[in-house]
Amino acid sequence: MAAEITIHLVKTFPGRPPIRARIRYLVEGATVLILFGPSGSGKTTILRSVAGLEWPEEGTIRFVSRVWLETASGIRVPPQERHIGYMSQDYALFPTYTVAGNIAYGLSHLPSAERKKRVDEVMELFQLRGLEQAKPRELSGGQQQRVALARAVAPRPLLLLLDEPLSALDAPTRLHLRDELRVLLKQLALPSIIVTHDWAEALTLGDVMAVIRAGEVLQVGAPIDVFSRPQNADVARVVGVETVVKGRVVEATGGMLRVSVDGTALLALEAESIGPDVFACIRAEDVVLEQGRASVSSARNHLTGTVQSVTMLGALARVTLDCGFPLVAMVTRSTVEEFKLAPGLVITAAIKAGAVHLVSRQEA
Amino acid sequence: MNWIAIWVTCKLAALTALALLFVGLPIAYWLSFSRWRWKFLVESVVALPLVLPPTVLGFYILIAIGPHSPFGRLYTDLVGHPLPFTFEGLLLASILYSLPFAVQPFVAAFDQVDRRLIEASWTLGVSKLQTFFRLIVPLSTAGLVTGAVLSFAHTMGEFGVVLMIGGNLEGSTRTVSIDIYDEVQALNYAGAAKTALFLLVVSYAVLLVVYAVNRNVWAAWPQK
Repeated sequence: MAAEITIHLVKTFPGRPPIRARIRYLVEGATVLILFGPSGSGKTTILRSVAGLEWPEEGTIRFVSRVWLETASGIRVPPQERHIGYMSQDYALFPTYTVAGNIAYGLSHLPSAERKKRVDEVMELFQLRGLEQAKPRELSGGQQQRVALARAVAPRPLLLLLDEPLSALDAPTRLHLRDELRVLLKQLALPSIIVTHDWAEALTLGDVMAVIRAGEVLQVGAPIDVFSRPQNADVARVVGVETVVKGRVVEATGGMLRVSVDGTALLALEAESIGPDVFACIRAEDVVLEQGRASVSSARNHLTGTVQSVTMLGALARVTLDCGFPLVAMVTRSTVEEFKLAPGLVITAAIKAGAVHLVSRQEA
Repeated sequence: MNWIAIWVTCKLAALTALALLFVGLPIAYWLSFSRWRWKFLVESVVALPLVLPPTVLGFYILIAIGPHSPFGRLYTDLVGHPLPFTFEGLLLASILYSLPFAVQPFVAAFDQVDRRLIEASWTLGVSKLQTFFRLIVPLSTAGLVTGAVLSFAHTMGEFGVVLMIGGNLEGSTRTVSIDIYDEVQALNYAGAAKTALFLLVVSYAVLLVVYAVNRNVWAAWPQK
């Protein structure tokens, strides 16, 4: 039987739209589910319900063969008995304990020799050697994050739940730890659910992604599908990045990376620690349409494509082009009229190198 | 100085503070963590001794434990003598009278504990009771010390309730404050002065402890 996670729940808070989530997906090994949405959308509440820290009025939460919540039959398994690893946004390290004490905290059921062995093992895995006796307040943000993760992982949970794992870090650390976290999650070989509002995190870390807005799950699917084929305009608005395509870095020159996307070359600004396999992400408003080759803009990318569709959205229009890969542009109504944009028209799309965001991708 | 009265007073205060640790902690835990909307009803009852005149409180306790009440009859049947005008009766009254002095600092300390730490503990498989002792108590030491010390000090200086419940029996219910009153009544100002000074010094010392603990002079755990 396939291993499956089912999250069906209804939870209301006074003065907010009710949260009605229906998510069901398959897990194998280290499958990562991303709960993606703007703040206040209810994604954290869904995660906390899976942890057993929030009690939905109605719902069913099932993890493989275990039932954690079934309001219809009165099953409410407390967090202590769910065998999960949970990490809150601010890490919640215990200030009265050392780093080793924090990690050993959930291992009190083990005999002391085994407990010590496990703490050593986890300290090693998370590169925390030498910090055993440090107190949480002495650690940097990145170290705190690793300790929190180590503490959650130490009791060998069945499922790892991370609430905005990188949001408390400064931007350079965040970029660095994003890739580190992906490697770690795969190493740990246990399924996880991650809450985030950062699309680059969703792409890097996720295998499955649920887009949530105002308490509703709008779409569930592989991150690249959700980004490149949003089910409707609501999803597109929430994810905010219209073009996400798989590419490969072929060369690095003069601070630029040349990325090949299905044979089409894209230039992007050089970024640190980017593997050869990448997602190239382009926001629709960063794509400028030009007629002919009389390019006046300073953009480094000029792609010739055929218009596939034009959808009017009030004062703006969403234009889908085929430039060897699907590209979405957001233009004004006057541009549509000026260029007489219609399916079949051949046009040039200009994109600045800085508007092509590269995110590392794991070759499946 | 009346050393017997001092001994009785110290014993009463120490036992009251100890009993309030056991009685006050569960009440404070419930008051801090319960989400029951009518919780304020209980909070007000706990705070009542702060505003009631000791004679009123003493009067009701006297009625409640007197030989005509069901509790008083049960106690007399079990122990062989009635509860009022004994050290045990006085202890019970002191516990009730000092309840807010212990419970309120406990609640304030528990309220300060970050709920996310507690949730983290639960998700690590640690039971609510274990979480209380391993996490909440170490994070609340200053408040726990404050509650215990304040209830000790408050009991030391108790007068009205002692008079109502304890009477004035040498060696069992005559406390320092009553002794001072007796000395003044007998115009023995020198005796009263010594005992009063003793009470002043003890009270000041106790408050020093409370404020020092809360200013983190002796950190309950190393801050570095």
